[in-house]
Amino acid sequence: MMMYLASDEPQNPLLPEWPEIVIGLFCIGVIYFIFRTRLLPTINKALEERREAIEGGMEKAEAAEAEAKQTLEEYRARLEEARHEAARLREEAREQGAALIAQMREEGQRQREEIIAAGHAQIEADRRQAAQSLRQDIGRLATELAGRLVGESLEDHARQSRVIDRFLDELDERARAAEVAK
Amino acid sequence: MTPDQTLAFETDCHLFHDCGYPAPSLFSFEFEPLFTLGPIEFNKPMLMALLGTVFVLGFFWAAFARAKVVPGKLQMVAEMGYDFVRRGIAREVIGKEGERYVPLLVSLFFLVWVLNIWAVVPFGQIPVTSMIGYPVALALLVWVIYMTLTFQRNGFVGGIRNLCVPSGLPRWIYFLLTPVEFLSNVFVRPFTLAVRLFGNMFAGHVLILVFTIATWYTLGSIVGTFYSVTSLTMTLILTGFELFIQALQAYVFTVLTATYIAGALEEAH
Repeated sequence: MMMYLASDEPQNPLLPEWPEIVIGLFCIGVIYFIFRTRLLPTINKALEERREAIEGGMEKAEAAEAEAKQTLEEYRARLEEARHEAARLREEAREQGAALIAQMREEGQRQREEIIAAGHAQIEADRRQAAQSLRQDIGRLATELAGRLVGESLEDHARQSRVIDRFLDELDERARAAEVAK
Repeated sequence: MTPDQTLAFETDCHLFHDCGYPAPSLFSFEFEPLFTLGPIEFNKPMLMALLGTVFVLGFFWAAFARAKVVPGKLQMVAEMGYDFVRRGIAREVIGKEGERYVPLLVSLFFLVWVLNIWAVVPFGQIPVTSMIGYPVALALLVWVIYMTLTFQRNGFVGGIRNLCVPSGLPRWIYFLLTPVEFLSNVFVRPFTLAVRLFGNMFAGHVLILVFTIATWYTLGSIVGTFYSVTSLTMTLILTGFELFIQALQAYVFTVLTATYIAGALEEAH
């Protein structure tokens, strides 16, 4: 059995001894000081460098990706542009063709109308001329016929009709002669 | 060694030998001074505290003094610990401002942990933190920082309000809550911070002692050997359990410190 001397009562375990407090404070103080001034700055620097190295690599990859994306975008834009250009040209050509056709059609129309108009004018002129010459001829013929009729005896109907027949024959003759002369 | 300092193992007291179980007592936490330096009686736990400090510094010096971008094994392990406190405690609890308090929290966590781990280190075999002086020292430091930050950040009136008046409650409850809150923040918090760590380590040490002594005490007869083996198994299990508790208590101590700092930095309402 353990024997304890009465004078050597154990200390209350909840009462701190001041040397323990001093040593405890000293321990944490030393550790804090060295961590604060020396060790943690070093490791933080290393960690920062590591982070930068990793992020640097990632940034590089990101930059490359961005560049590739941009190139693709540019390429697409250009393709689109070319497509637009082609469409535009085609459209333009079509429009031009249509315009040309329309123009030519118009021109043809105009020419046709001109020709027709010219034909009409010519016919009209011919007709007028013919009418005029006919009128003149008729007048002349009428005068001639009247003169003949007046010159001959007018009482005899048979004669009269003979005169007329003769006149007509003469006319025919004349026309034939004109035809032959032509 | 004086007779009253005799270890239980040397008592030659066994089951059925007409002598009682030599239970661990407060004497298990008393140490003869190794030497006396002026008023200081330098004892074993003090030496262990200093050695623990040297170990923490040595480990991190070896790991971090020439920190490399591509870490070696030692640096990797140390970085995990550092990152655990930095991210898992400082940033998690305090937030963005926590970066300033990382050195303090890292120091506290690893010092407390190492002082706790002494409990299971051969020839040490007592947690330094089961001596109330060491938890008190650390809690005192935390308390001073807590108070300083509170008044520095909020001014005198704001600081008092920060300590006494929790926000967002119905008005009438403040009559009741203000004194409670003041007591809690200014006195109870540092006290429990120290005593929680002390109590856990103290009790853990006693538990291990109980079964270790029982292992020895029950040895000697056939029946006793069964008891002895059981006790030994319990000792081993409890040692494993203590390893867990040691880390947990270091974590709790650090998290609470971070919580107090976060509370101090909180804007006055």
